[in-house]
Amino acid sequence: MIPAAFDYVAPTTVADALAALAEGGDEAKVLAGGQSLLPILRMRLNAPETVIDLGKIEELRGISEDGDTLVIGAMTTYADLLASDLVTEHAALLRAAIAEVADPQIRHRGTIGGALVHADPAGDVGAPVLALDADLVITGPGGERTVAASDFFEDLFTTAVGEDELLTSIRIPKHTGWGAAYEKFVRVAHQWSIVAVAATVKVADGQIAEAKIGLTNMGSTPLRAASVEAALAGGSTDAAAVAAASASAADGTNPPSDLNGDADYRKHLATVLTRRAVLAAVGS
Amino acid sequence: MTAVDERPAEIGNRRLRKEDQRLITGRTKWTDNITLPGMVHLAMVRSPFAHATITSIDTEEAKSAANVVAVYTAADFPDGIGACANAWPITPDQVTPDHLPLVGERVACAGEIVAVVVARSAAAARDAAELVDVEYDELPAVFDALEAMKDEILAHPDKGTNKSAFWKLDSAEAGTGGDVEEALAAARNDGVVIERNYRQQRLIPAFMEPRSTVVDPTGEQITMWSATQIPHILRFLIAATTGIPESKVRVIAPDVGGGFGGKLQTTPEEFITLAVARRLGKPAKYTETRSESLVSAHHGRDQYQKLTLSATKDGVVTGLKVELIANLGAYVAIIGGGVPVLGAWMFNSIYKFPAYQFNCQTVLTNTTWVDAYRGAGRPEATFGIERIMDDLAAELGMDPLELRERNWITHEEFPFTSVAGMTYDSGNYEAATARAKVLFGYDALRAEQKQRRESGDPVQLGIGVSTFTEMCGLAPSRVLGSLSYGAGGWESAAIRMLPTGKVEVITGTSPHGQGHETAWSQIVADRLGVPFEDVEVLHGDTQIAYKGLDTYGSRSLVVGGEAVVRAADKVIEKAKAFAAHLLEANPDDLEFKAGRYEVKGTEAGIGITEVALATFASHNYPEGIEPGIDADATFDPDDFSFPHGTHLCAVEVDTETGQSRIRTYACVDDIGHIINPLIVEGQVHGGLVQGIAQALWEEAVFDENGTLVTGSFVDYTLPTAADTISFLTENTTSPSTTNTLGTKGVGEAGTIASTPAVVNAILDAVRHLGVQDVVMPCTPERVWKAIQGASAAAETTAEAQPHFDADAGNADTGSTGEGNDQ
Repeated sequence: MIPAAFDYVAPTTVADALAALAEGGDEAKVLAGGQSLLPILRMRLNAPETVIDLGKIEELRGISEDGDTLVIGAMTTYADLLASDLVTEHAALLRAAIAEVADPQIRHRGTIGGALVHADPAGDVGAPVLALDADLVITGPGGERTVAASDFFEDLFTTAVGEDELLTSIRIPKHTGWGAAYEKFVRVAHQWSIVAVAATVKVADGQIAEAKIGLTNMGSTPLRAASVEAALAGGSTDAAAVAAASASAADGTNPPSDLNGDADYRKHLATVLTRRAVLAAVGS
Repeated sequence: MTAVDERPAEIGNRRLRKEDQRLITGRTKWTDNITLPGMVHLAMVRSPFAHATITSIDTEEAKSAANVVAVYTAADFPDGIGACANAWPITPDQVTPDHLPLVGERVACAGEIVAVVVARSAAAARDAAELVDVEYDELPAVFDALEAMKDEILAHPDKGTNKSAFWKLDSAEAGTGGDVEEALAAARNDGVVIERNYRQQRLIPAFMEPRSTVVDPTGEQITMWSATQIPHILRFLIAATTGIPESKVRVIAPDVGGGFGGKLQTTPEEFITLAVARRLGKPAKYTETRSESLVSAHHGRDQYQKLTLSATKDGVVTGLKVELIANLGAYVAIIGGGVPVLGAWMFNSIYKFPAYQFNCQTVLTNTTWVDAYRGAGRPEATFGIERIMDDLAAELGMDPLELRERNWITHEEFPFTSVAGMTYDSGNYEAATARAKVLFGYDALRAEQKQRRESGDPVQLGIGVSTFTEMCGLAPSRVLGSLSYGAGGWESAAIRMLPTGKVEVITGTSPHGQGHETAWSQIVADRLGVPFEDVEVLHGDTQIAYKGLDTYGSRSLVVGGEAVVRAADKVIEKAKAFAAHLLEANPDDLEFKAGRYEVKGTEAGIGITEVALATFASHNYPEGIEPGIDADATFDPDDFSFPHGTHLCAVEVDTETGQSRIRTYACVDDIGHIINPLIVEGQVHGGLVQGIAQALWEEAVFDENGTLVTGSFVDYTLPTAADTISFLTENTTSPSTTNTLGTKGVGEAGTIASTPAVVNAILDAVRHLGVQDVVMPCTPERVWKAIQGASAAAETTAEAQPHFDADAGNADTGSTGEGNDQ
């Protein structure tokens, strides 16, 4: 498990990182925690000429508030997010999902930005970020631009981040007081999600005022279960109503078939997990 | 002659293991930690194809790469470099393809080595290995044992057949029981006959430390360090297959990080490292990557089982017929052919079946070769019989424990000669079962199961039973010889009494995580009456422990431990003459206890360590006796040891998802006397998890090209502590009669017993929903589909989801995916 030789640079500012990226071109890879990149290198699936480590860029770390928005630096680790009161209070869904990522070692190394740009559809960060209607701030040679999460994920391992750009922060509208649950289905604890459902629900007057549901590994990108959201909105929190609304969770999805389950099984799981996630989110 | 001491007895003491500090921190001598002056590093070039002719190998570019010392192919060794031996031909006419470490003409499975790159660093070797250009002509390949049985595609075309050997045991022919066909015919007329096909999936031993070998060819003897379970057998086979005199070879197994049978092989990599070191005259090291380990270290299990069982309508079994087809992989590994045959004596298990027949056909395929994996033959047999006993109970509407009780050997009947001809020396199935039921809360769980069933709870509860026995402690050399097993079964030990009062114990067993240093120290501390801390256990080096047959088959304590006892007794006897001389007493008046020889009825005495010091100086010792009290012993038991146990497992099956979750697991194992309860619990816990993993999680899957899809731990789903529960374990004690310690092997018990307990529990949870079988591993998808009425034999989709995409991250934005499609 020895990677091919590469040049290593560890810039301390975003500007320097962008310069390194511009210089490295398509022979450069960004290291943002390394929980996927290092296996790729060690198994020699890729042999970049340059690895640009973002780990020393302080401005990319941390969680702060900007009015009604939570701002998370792209290099913030899972462990930092789990320890954050701001995340717990205003983005409970993100916390619920991240608590299910791999194991403590990985949660202390892996970063939210690294996972989002890696864009593995089985990863646990995409669905909650999508469900929470986050905006993703991308910085490139021409400055910053903001992409809605719904436009960020383009395909398997493909995002709106260009070759000469970096994801720098994630802006999540505060979902204060929303219930949240992440139902992750795996065979063994350290696995990627076979299917997972991220649900966050605002309950008012005993009714579901609004529900947002993200699906993990039900297609080549994280998905929103829009029809379930519509069916839940304004409806009852009782089990039967939630079950009825959840029945369409897999409509229009195109999940993979592999060792862990065929597409039809995953579609079935999506409906069960959606029901469970919503019920858990409303606290029943 | 056991010493009685004021100190608490060491045997039975829950001692923390003395080897744990260095093993757990890794601050010890693993093979890969060894660095020698001038050492070169190896990287292997392996075939990506399962079956192909090698048409050309171009090594020029690799040879000219930076820091490369040499690149070798089979052509560079016209006289060969040794061979991976099959040491257990199960029949005289067994088809056994030559298994060469470095292949020159034709590869018979993916992962075979076709070239080796030697460089000044491991990184340079790895880099250059990618520059070796090998051209292959692919050949038709066969992977599945049933396909191979058709002989349409041949794994080795020159052999003309895939069938390696057929082995049969028939109780009527052997005179150990009745005719099974008659029993089946009678039951068809007036009784019950059930026929079942079960599948033992292929597993990967997945030991923690990857295999590693260092060879130092400088000096008079060649020294090989290797992460192996079998240093002594390896030394013998190096000499036997390379022509190097055995006296010129020293093999050392330093600390070894697990094996589970996976390291009881002589490997191509060992022979290649040896050949390269000798060719260059330089020390050489090879350490495999985890990816290489998963595809090229031997695999385990992989059997098709057909069982036909006859019984009376009230549940007395009258006959059992077993037909196995066992996939050997591409070669007949060191004991690969024999592993399934071990089932011959185990399918009848703890029962008094009057008629029995066992048939085993081994077949060759173009897959990784298959050999022993924790339990080796006994888990397969236990699974088959315990599954069909539960199926029979369901068929008859009987409680599965009652059915077993109706058929098992009662404790008054020991020693009992089974229908397969084995004589079980001791056991008490009633006692273990009664205790297990209490521990488990059997009646309460049955009541809960009934309630959940009646209320239509989406989470159903099932209770699985596994009562087992096994034969272990390999062992009686004469019996092994009668089966054409290549090695003996004896074990050797020596004890050196050092002048400073310390004691060195040399054992021919070769621990790789079991805790021999602690257990052997406990035995010797009690026997010689010396402090536990003063005992040092040496092992794994053929120059120190020059004689031994290594560690596998739960043999170390019952055979090797007894050899230690006998060596200690010889020391006590030898020292007695010196003690009498020094005390000026008659030896017959001396009594040895608590480490001292005392003149009966007096205060006069001398400690055994004082005698050791006196013999070191030897200024004063009896005439006609050589000045020394060290001793060695070789022990060859008269029979195997036969541990048994009752394992009860409760599983909750989520019928909405098919997910199975173990709720309670209780087991009572009878392994005779226990030296260290903590080590026993560790062995049982680890064994249970490994057996449960076969039931629920692990499977080696090849795709249609013979590529191992489960080629990393992303897809070969090993459990971790997070996936297990706390087990309820206890012991009953029926001492073994084949060693004076009364011990029975425990290394494999948990693995042997647990797999059927889990699968039986799953089936018990959903049988009322029409489910008859779920193929292992019982994945949520398989269980759910079985509940939906689909075929339980649904094949796994032999494809892995990519998580490590070469182009991931900062990928270009050209393509457009499906996006959010709702």
